[in-house]
Amino acid sequence: MTRAMLALLRRDLRLAVRHGGESLMPLVFLFAVLILVPLGVGPGPNLLSAIAPGMVWVAALLASLLALEHLFRPDLDDGTLEQWWTGETPVGLLVATRLFSHWLITGLPVILFAPVAAQMLYLPDRALGTLMLTLLIGTPLLSLIGGLASALTLGTNRGSVLLSILIFPLVVPVLIFATGAVSAAADGLSARAHLGLLSALLILAVTLIPLATTAALRLNIE
Amino acid sequence: MIWHNIKVGFHRLGSPPVFHRLCQVVAPWLWLAAAICAAFGLFKALYLVPPDYQQSDSFRILYVHVPAAWQAMAGYLVMSVLAVIALVWRIRTTEIMAMMGAPIGAAFTAICLATGSIWGRPMWGTWWAWDARLTSMLVLLFVYLGIMGLYAAFEDKRKGARVACILILVGLVNIPIIHFSVEWWTTLHQGSTISFFGESSMDSSMMPPLIWMVIATKLMFGAALLDRSRNELVEQDRRKGWVRQKLGASA
Repeated sequence: MTRAMLALLRRDLRLAVRHGGESLMPLVFLFAVLILVPLGVGPGPNLLSAIAPGMVWVAALLASLLALEHLFRPDLDDGTLEQWWTGETPVGLLVATRLFSHWLITGLPVILFAPVAAQMLYLPDRALGTLMLTLLIGTPLLSLIGGLASALTLGTNRGSVLLSILIFPLVVPVLIFATGAVSAAADGLSARAHLGLLSALLILAVTLIPLATTAALRLNIE
Repeated sequence: MIWHNIKVGFHRLGSPPVFHRLCQVVAPWLWLAAAICAAFGLFKALYLVPPDYQQSDSFRILYVHVPAAWQAMAGYLVMSVLAVIALVWRIRTTEIMAMMGAPIGAAFTAICLATGSIWGRPMWGTWWAWDARLTSMLVLLFVYLGIMGLYAAFEDKRKGARVACILILVGLVNIPIIHFSVEWWTTLHQGSTISFFGESSMDSSMMPPLIWMVIATKLMFGAALLDRSRNELVEQDRRKGWVRQKLGASA
């Protein structure tokens, strides 16, 4: 069981490394958005530091959408996905592994580069820790929700537009609590209530979304 | 014995021709009942209820706004129950009904948002505020649109319906958020004034038309749901024998 999961994880990561530039696209996109913001709204530090929590999060959210189209599609096309149901490993665990590798590839780099992003938008230093913490809790949520949406749209041929419509309502709470936490920290207030709710969302999503995703995948390969 | 008959009757509803017949018979009566309730309710709301002491006549939009909002949420609950039945027992007519609830629910949500906006302009001085309840209602609208879009994107309608049923159940988390948003976040939208288990903070003379309008929207939802499901069923089965038989060979 763990062997199958580890093999899948290794395969996904190896593919990501060999694709190189393609795997870096979410990160490049994130910084492209963050560079456009000061050019669009003006470089004044006061304005930028006020909108920094929201902008970093919106950019992270948009960046997470990029790789979703290819989350399950290649495996569906070459028949690998059907093989998941023939093995003895519960498919829910394989789905969870796939989502975890998606997070490692798209979510983790965003967290690592968050200090740079925060500096670009003059986020107050005392909020940096909270920003990284919200990204640590929130980006897995983005991967989970995105994974579900990509599994739901797998059987359609116009996935990408639909994908964003499905994801948008589901990520609203994530965005609200995450930016609420960072804004509170930037104002010198306690962010614990927001972080608690964000963590609660993550726990709910981790337990339920792999199951829903598995059900959706199964319907789509039938 | 009675229980047995009920069960057999229920199972027969899974058969498209039987379901089609039932919708054909029941829906017109529901429409009629809805029209009577709405006429009665609107007459009372517009002529018999005294003006509000602060908002004078403009509060009367409440009699469209509140029933639409409740129906937008109740419709989602109905769809969720249908989605569970569709996913567990794979009854085709239930799948179709769950899908056909979405456009109706979306319409009620849109009515709720529009009337709220019109009401908000004179009372709050703004068309829109990023208030918790307004935002969660807007999210509900997008959930409805997502369900409709997902269903429409599939070639195989049965597959599309079942996948969209999963989305219905995932989107269910939004309903308690809408309901409790006015208690959890203190923003612009007022808290509940109507309570079923205690004293409502709304004047009792304002209540009866509201009850009539709520009944009317429930009936309207049911009637529209049956009509839409019947049409969808005929559309999907247009090449099948029973539809040809029912509508003549030209269909």
